[in-house]
Amino acid sequence: MGLMDKHAIIEKNATLLLVGSLLVVTVGGIVEIAPLFYLDNTIEKVEGMRPYSPLELAGRNIYVREGCYLCHSQMIRPFRDEVERYGHYSLAAESMYDHPFQWGSKRTGPDLARVGNRYSNEWHVQHLMDPRSVVPESIMPRYAFLKDAPIEVKDFSTHLVANARVGVPYSDEMIAHANADLMVQADPNADASGVEKRYPKAEVGDLDGNPQQVTEMDALVAYLQMLGTLVDFKTYDDAAGYR
Amino acid sequence: MKFGTEIVVLSLFAFAALVAAGFGVEGPFRQHMGVLFFAVAGFTAILLRNTDFKPAAPIDTSAYMDGPIRYGAIATVFWGVVGMLVGVVIALQLAYPDLNIQPWFNFGRLRPLHTSGVVFAFGGNALLCTSLYVVQRTCRARLFGGKLAWFVFWGYQLFIVMAATGYLLGITEAREYAEPEWYVDLWLTIVWVAYLILFLGTILKRKEPHIYVANWFYLSFIVTIAMLHVVNNLSMPASFLGSKSYSAFSGVQDALTQWWYGHNAVGFFLTAGFLGMMYYFVPKQANRPVYSYRLSIVHFWAIIFLYIWAGPHHLHYTALPDWAQTLGMAFSIMLWMPSWGGMINGLMTLSGAWDKLRTDPIIRMMVMAVAFYGMSTFEGPIMSIRTVNSLSHYTDWTIGHVHSGALGWVGMISFGAIYYMVPKLWNRERLYSLRLVTWHFWLATLGIVVYAAVMWVSGIMQGLMWREYDEQGFLVYSFAETVAAMHPFYVMRAIGGAMYLTGALLMAWNVTMTILGHQREEQPMPGSEPALRPAE
Repeated sequence: MGLMDKHAIIEKNATLLLVGSLLVVTVGGIVEIAPLFYLDNTIEKVEGMRPYSPLELAGRNIYVREGCYLCHSQMIRPFRDEVERYGHYSLAAESMYDHPFQWGSKRTGPDLARVGNRYSNEWHVQHLMDPRSVVPESIMPRYAFLKDAPIEVKDFSTHLVANARVGVPYSDEMIAHANADLMVQADPNADASGVEKRYPKAEVGDLDGNPQQVTEMDALVAYLQMLGTLVDFKTYDDAAGYR
Repeated sequence: MKFGTEIVVLSLFAFAALVAAGFGVEGPFRQHMGVLFFAVAGFTAILLRNTDFKPAAPIDTSAYMDGPIRYGAIATVFWGVVGMLVGVVIALQLAYPDLNIQPWFNFGRLRPLHTSGVVFAFGGNALLCTSLYVVQRTCRARLFGGKLAWFVFWGYQLFIVMAATGYLLGITEAREYAEPEWYVDLWLTIVWVAYLILFLGTILKRKEPHIYVANWFYLSFIVTIAMLHVVNNLSMPASFLGSKSYSAFSGVQDALTQWWYGHNAVGFFLTAGFLGMMYYFVPKQANRPVYSYRLSIVHFWAIIFLYIWAGPHHLHYTALPDWAQTLGMAFSIMLWMPSWGGMINGLMTLSGAWDKLRTDPIIRMMVMAVAFYGMSTFEGPIMSIRTVNSLSHYTDWTIGHVHSGALGWVGMISFGAIYYMVPKLWNRERLYSLRLVTWHFWLATLGIVVYAAVMWVSGIMQGLMWREYDEQGFLVYSFAETVAAMHPFYVMRAIGGAMYLTGALLMAWNVTMTILGHQREEQPMPGSEPALRPAE
């Protein structure tokens, strides 16, 4: 009785077939994914990473909502042309607080991993309102409606709490100030020193050119302006981070 | 009372949706719950209009249960046309950006509508109805669980409606091919488990001693998708009255979990399931046995084992550790073999029946499907090689690759199965028109060729432009210049897609007329009837 004939046993037993195929398909995932959670060298040791400020997180949610990741990657590969075009290649540590990750899979538009501080706030607003007014070749849709949409969140601290539950180190102080920080960061008349203390390098002030209210445009610009700015690469050792 | 329980349960469901629509913490969630309310309430109203208090007519439990399959065939054709139409629209948006209508019809919201529309609505319904058709006939058993099949069918349609309207409202988890938010995911989990029970239950009550090979593939597809769906969609809602949730994993772990899911949505949803389809409908239409039983055993176990490992090839040169990338690449290359095992088994089933290619446009469609399957499962391993991927990744080459598999393999084999099933399901002698099938075949095939060839050119060109240096060591092209260079290719791609869509519209017409009981009077296919020849 050859091996192939023994297959008849499985073929006549639906439970064996079900359990057998389930076992066979679990192996690959366990071997590849599980070690990423405990191997220490998966995520490099860097300085400067912090959770998103409430306004940045709100902006990131808009980035997700509008499907920006479908055309823009946030993952610079270690090639000469990419490093010259976009900056230092991306580190795993730079997306360690990203739920979900936004690495993307297609570059219909350029990579955005380090777009922060490359352009002025005014440029971003103009570009989002009408992309072809600043980049004639662009095929990006217009997002002018963001400027008319006030940030509508009943209690934003719940978003920080949800992130904390899945492992983002939001402190009790950050959560307690979440709703205030959300508004203060884009309000030119408010004292933003608390936001800057809790979230170093956050872009504060009136971001969308409309100081009257905090809009979705403010949030998205706050997010774009911090992308890739947190890690100080002057102190980062490429060789030590290589895996 | 007919539909008594259903009406009560659905009314409560609709009421719950109405409450959520009133108390939701954010606008899009309230609107989404409003959609849910109208969908469920509308369905309840239809049931109310069809209810009566007479005892229900006895059901012939010895016959096959084909009601949900008929609905499924119609749903497959309908969602196919919708999904492909959205595809043509977003292709045109890339060529002519003024076609974006903010906020609901911007590219970023329509693109998941297209991918989910064709993969889960069209492909999903095709798998659902063919699997239920095949499992009954190969097990010689009526579907298990009474009305369970109806729950699975309508539950799945509700999932599709909620996913699609959610995308337009901007409700998304940003996980490619798994975009629906947590509450829609929970609903799909319930429906999917019911589907597993329905399918497995039917196998368990079979009258045939052996489980036919098509059912191995369907079963492994159903159970693996359940595993992938649950793990990939683990997330923490910010509020149970809001749509937003945050994925359980972050960064590098989240990326590999998503592409473990994403690649196996291809591997199990779009491959294993459709191989099940191939293993029933190709032998049936060709009237030949499957080429090799041994080959089917070997390539079944090999393909389901190897596919799971291939996910990391979507993350070459990213911040994913090198060891994981290398594993993913090695297994992707090995995957070539079992994939071609399936292709050989499908193609060689036509041994002794190759003449049917001339006379039967349905078998022609199926053979073209298997040929495209072979082509794209050869291209895939090549693209998973890191050095090739460094050029192809982030470009249209990937889009072209996906479409040669999706349009060529998934689309064509589904069309073939629909053309085979529809006359039988409605007890028609034949299709309304075979010549329309020939038109469909050529429109679809040429559409794919245009699409894939154009995407090869634009993808490789853009990849090369990004890395082009001049003799002084400066980058030659700005990013915007590479975008401008894509324009003619985006126009041509939309034309290729429109050809494919036109073919699908012909199918919709053909299927509708067949269901309505019409038969077009037309010349038989050349060569299908032997011509008399004088003896020499």
